[in-house]
Amino acid sequence: MTRTLSPEEKARFSRHIILDDVGLAGQEKLKNASVLCVGTGGLGSPLLLYLGAAGIGKIGIVDFDVVEESNLQRQIIHGTKTVGVSKVQSAKDRIEDLNPYAEVITYEERLTKDNALDIFKDYDVIVDGTDNYATRYLVNDACVLLNKPNVYGSIFLFEGQATVFNHEGGPNYRDLFPEPPPPGLVPSCAEAGVLGVLPGIIGTIQATEAIKIILGKGTTLSGRLLLYSALDLSFKELNVRKDPNAKAITQLADYEQLCGLKPPDNLDTPKEERFERIQVREASSKLDSGWAPYVLDVRKPAEADIVSLSFANRLVPHDQVNQVLAELPKDQDILVHCKKGGRSAQACEVLAEAGFTQLFNLEGGITAWAQEIETSLPQY
Amino acid sequence: MSITINIPSALRPYVKGQSTIEAHGQTVGQALDFAEQQHPDLAKHLRDDTGQLRGFVNIFIGQEDIRHLDGEKSPLSNGDALTIVPAIAGGAS
Repeated sequence: MTRTLSPEEKARFSRHIILDDVGLAGQEKLKNASVLCVGTGGLGSPLLLYLGAAGIGKIGIVDFDVVEESNLQRQIIHGTKTVGVSKVQSAKDRIEDLNPYAEVITYEERLTKDNALDIFKDYDVIVDGTDNYATRYLVNDACVLLNKPNVYGSIFLFEGQATVFNHEGGPNYRDLFPEPPPPGLVPSCAEAGVLGVLPGIIGTIQATEAIKIILGKGTTLSGRLLLYSALDLSFKELNVRKDPNAKAITQLADYEQLCGLKPPDNLDTPKEERFERIQVREASSKLDSGWAPYVLDVRKPAEADIVSLSFANRLVPHDQVNQVLAELPKDQDILVHCKKGGRSAQACEVLAEAGFTQLFNLEGGITAWAQEIETSLPQY
Repeated sequence: MSITINIPSALRPYVKGQSTIEAHGQTVGQALDFAEQQHPDLAKHLRDDTGQLRGFVNIFIGQEDIRHLDGEKSPLSNGDALTIVPAIAGGAS
């Protein structure tokens, strides 16, 4: 049943209603529309604020994370008061404060192939504010299977991309990017950094597109990929077409496997690693009992400026380890660490390839160390 | 043919931090080969072990994706601009 606006809502949304391309009928479309935002982080923050403020009647939000202080450089829907609170609850409270007429439904869980279709089916428009390839392919495929528009945005360093996928017969994510990069080749924003205001630009473009789709007004980004460079202050538009060679999407896949995050089922023997993986608690107790490895920090210098282990011997970014091989000890254990354990594992591989044999990767990196061992260290 | 290649942030570390590089070639493939010879670290980010362009890296001539033209054989005109568009995934964390 179509819901109409109360007198109070007419006053609240009057700046929309007097727009010729919105009007009372358009504002009622927004009130009767439902939008699901996957992710309540850098992109989700601004776009949820604006979708809430705009009068979207039903807003769903999916996230499994809790608010951390280092989120607040860009995730402006949250605040210092909600550090430690679940992101969906923090976002819901803020949206309801901005617009008490909005119905906000929270899904405090990871989006998976088992729950995606069930969650998506109740929404008109899906907005992708995730931060990894596996979830982006999942969001795309679920939208294709349910025939729902997917308002896409992504960011990296100083650059953003935005478009609308799967809208009125237009192309989808797989038409633009048939396959994801292998793990490790492209660093994440958590590893590489991101300009805090960048998701503000891309997220508000996504919110604009979602509103246009609901209103049925204007020209959406469907079939066009918008590239934004904050450093150059340039916008570029590229054509995106359906790929005639693309395989039809008929069901959801195993996205962890697609993205190389776990080996294919038919692979009997996993690749043998030439280094040991050591948990922070085990490393700590070994160090307490006299273990004296050479400790190699493979993060970037700027990360070491934030926090370092007091007993680290050397700082060399993981992609430059091959330039200092001659300076590292071959007859001593080497304990390699980064922020979370991914880059250090890559560095261990490089060292193993170069003939080093006494290699230990600190699992969970300095983050796990700060969480479990030296809890006074800052986390970032 | 003198060609400009626009380099995304993600790949700038492999071309000495430049936002654009100059290349030469009659086709997209030749221009990319030229760029890879000048900047060897770029190669593994553009091509897989068999030399094929990777599925998460798109090359555009002007506004058109070469997959919808003639792939790496797509001919170039003097002054054309190529844009490399890799898949990026950031947004939440």
